[in-house]
Amino acid sequence: MATRPPERVERWNRTERTAHWVHATAFCVLLGSGLCLYLPSLSEAVSRRPLLKDIHIYTALAWAVALAVVFVVGDKRSLRATFRELDRLDPKGRMNRGQQLNTIATIAFAILFSVSGFLLWYGERDTRFRFASTLLVHDWLMYISLVLFLGHLYYALILPSTRHSLSGMTRGWVREDWAKRRHPDWVAALRSEERAT
Amino acid sequence: MDGASERRYGRATFLLLVGGGLSSLAWGAKASGVLSPLTSSVSQLVGNLFPVGGWRIYTISGSMPIFDAKTWRLEIGGLVANPRTFTYDELRALPQSHQVSDFHCVTGWTVRGVRWSGVRFPHLLDQVKPLPEAKAIRFDSLEQPYNDSLTLEQLHLRDVMLALDMDGQPLTRAHGSPARVVIPEMYGYKGVKWLTRIELVGHQPTGYWEGLGYDQNAWVGHSNGYTSA
Repeated sequence: MATRPPERVERWNRTERTAHWVHATAFCVLLGSGLCLYLPSLSEAVSRRPLLKDIHIYTALAWAVALAVVFVVGDKRSLRATFRELDRLDPKGRMNRGQQLNTIATIAFAILFSVSGFLLWYGERDTRFRFASTLLVHDWLMYISLVLFLGHLYYALILPSTRHSLSGMTRGWVREDWAKRRHPDWVAALRSEERAT
Repeated sequence: MDGASERRYGRATFLLLVGGGLSSLAWGAKASGVLSPLTSSVSQLVGNLFPVGGWRIYTISGSMPIFDAKTWRLEIGGLVANPRTFTYDELRALPQSHQVSDFHCVTGWTVRGVRWSGVRFPHLLDQVKPLPEAKAIRFDSLEQPYNDSLTLEQLHLRDVMLALDMDGQPLTRAHGSPARVVIPEMYGYKGVKWLTRIELVGHQPTGYWEGLGYDQNAWVGHSNGYTSA
């Protein structure tokens, strides 16, 4: 008996995927260069501090510019829908509660990283903007983000029941049977929307 | 539609996170002070791996100097009667002092209770006899173009030394081997690492970080934009 290929459900469109991968790439470069600036053992091994500082700062700038471009030229309707979902922690949304909170935390931390990072850079040039806590805040954000990042990788790459979600962020679609198991309300809402149109 | 799903819990979470994070710029250092017994014991556990309450290694050039006891020399010159060059062993042969002091970095981190050993500057300067017109002392690092300076009076502050050992071991490369300046009353950028030359001068020169806008007198808690410890 021939088995029908599994139905696919579109999960993340090109704008959303681009925003995700821009952020992910920048996060990894910033984490790597930041750890080299921060950990004594890595600082000594790499040793090229001025270069690492440049990589760190210019990556942050490139990240901000790239995300701005994605938001300007991308599909704003879908971005607005995502923000609406996050705004209310919509239980019928595409993401479950944990994913919604992780996304909210990621956006909040990106802002806090940017502010504290800017103060670190500018405080070196104008001591009125130097605060005793800036470096600590930047460090703590790194520790919290690292934990969230590792958890995110675990769910996206390792845990068998959730790792198919990676397909949604690489190819844009997931299998319908998987989506029905993990996000039944989202699939139901999607299907009723399709019937309506 | 039920009312609960209309409530903006997501927005509230977001604003709490951003607001809490921004306000921690004001209370973060205090909170870290309260937590420091905890974080410093974690730091000791994981050692060099994660410097929670520990050292960070700052350099200004593309490579960290390498110390070779056979070729390394400390030159002392300028306004002195007997200019002189010391080998590492000759420095070690001078009277050695020991101290425990806190190390404060101008960027906001502190390492408490560092054990230093080395030579007090009066012992060192006795060897070269500074001239009466000498008022300040410039320290040049092997890490070019890093240098900084102190007044001769500041050399007599408590616990100022030319350190050769840290925490019972000869200085490591990351900490400025073989010799670095230690002045606990001031931020760490005054403590030149990888020392190679000392010059006595009539006027205190502008050092590397002072040239970039940092204070000449880097008193901990009272300089570089800070108003209390």
